[in-house]
Amino acid sequence: MSIWEYANPKKFLRTSERVLPALWVAAGACIVGGLIWGFFFTPDDYRQGSTVKIIYLHVPAALMAINAWFMMLVASLIWVIRRHHVSALAAKAAAPVGVVMTLIALITGAIWGQPMWGTWWAWDPRLTSFLVLFLFYLGYIALWEAIDNPDTAADLTSILCLVGSVFAVLSRYAVNFWNQGLHQGASLSLDKEENVADVFAFPLYACMAGFGLLFVALVLYRTGTEIRARRMSALIARERMMDA
Amino acid sequence: MIALLVRDLRLAFRAGGGFGLGLAFFLIVTVMVPFSVGPNSDTLSLIAPGILWLGALLACLLSLDRLLALDWEDGSLDLLATAPLPLEGVLSIKALAHWLTTGLPLVLAAPVLGVLLNLPAGGYLWITLSLLIGTPALSVVGTFGAALTVGLKRGGLLLSLLVMPLYVPTLIFGAEVARRGASGMSVETPLLMLAGITLGTIALLPFASAAVLRVNLR
Repeated sequence: MSIWEYANPKKFLRTSERVLPALWVAAGACIVGGLIWGFFFTPDDYRQGSTVKIIYLHVPAALMAINAWFMMLVASLIWVIRRHHVSALAAKAAAPVGVVMTLIALITGAIWGQPMWGTWWAWDPRLTSFLVLFLFYLGYIALWEAIDNPDTAADLTSILCLVGSVFAVLSRYAVNFWNQGLHQGASLSLDKEENVADVFAFPLYACMAGFGLLFVALVLYRTGTEIRARRMSALIARERMMDA
Repeated sequence: MIALLVRDLRLAFRAGGGFGLGLAFFLIVTVMVPFSVGPNSDTLSLIAPGILWLGALLACLLSLDRLLALDWEDGSLDLLATAPLPLEGVLSIKALAHWLTTGLPLVLAAPVLGVLLNLPAGGYLWITLSLLIGTPALSVVGTFGAALTVGLKRGGLLLSLLVMPLYVPTLIFGAEVARRGASGMSVETPLLMLAGITLGTIALLPFASAAVLRVNLR
């Protein structure tokens, strides 16, 4: 039993179909539960008032926006090294999910920034690097869309993802250097003394788990769709050959 | 390699090669800026370093789609790929030729255009130096983008979308050097970072460009 068994599309589809219902339910339960808990059963922050509650959308979305790119990087590496088609399709399937997560993080951040900082947008390092990440996602998706041959597209996009990752990290630190921030430091971390209070942290953990599960479910589902689309185009091509 | 460099340079300088187009574009962008932000010389001298960097970057970007497309169309790229010279070397030379025909003229033109934008007296040295150090990275990264999109029919706009985010670190550090230099601050750190990025891209990115071009020539 090794993970490479799932490089077989048939095996991948069978297993993912079995896992998916449970994933949808778990993701839905975590998100709905976490949001209700967060919105109705936690006190208002003494300085931020009720706007603090946007944290339950903002932080998980930002977390998944970065991890989606990381997952694409790993999947691209697997495609480049071991040439498993499922891996390339999974990277393709993750990109639109990642871009939506990035957008959610940017928009909820703007809504939060308006009352707190008095501005919708500031050229703060964190905000700027998220915007740059958004541009990287757009370029990646546009390259997938532009190329007809699926293998060529997979090769080119995976190399773009590798090169892009290096430049994304470079930009992150360059931006840090370029402007001092308005954004607060991390609210949650394993090694710091002062974290966000437990009342706020537990619903936040639930939402983070929910967004993670939702991401996994969406990627599995979309990868299945891509596999089926690929099969369909193969069938259509074979039909044409027969006719000709 | 030298023969290839001479060939590329000769092609660029002769009619239809588009030499000077980038330079003309740089000039026109710089001339348009006062029209859009107003002729106030204080404002202009404040934004001059940034505008010069942005103009040079855009001029570089616009010339990228010619970098490999012509060789792709007439088939000489296939010949170069099968030649004994490794493709990494071919693309490094291509990037060098692109820098000599596009980047270097921009570097030389920048101080002249700085006069138009009322660049502070201390800024001339630093804008020239930062462009001199930074533009090779633009050419090398651009070669990667050109290799990615060489097979596509309408790759121009896509090329810009792909290459622009990759230009972010170079632009940040390059413009930072020019800005700090113009206001008389110390420029050492961003200058070193800029040089580091340029050297890193020159050393590593040709491998990625060659890998991508091999896929496209398959």
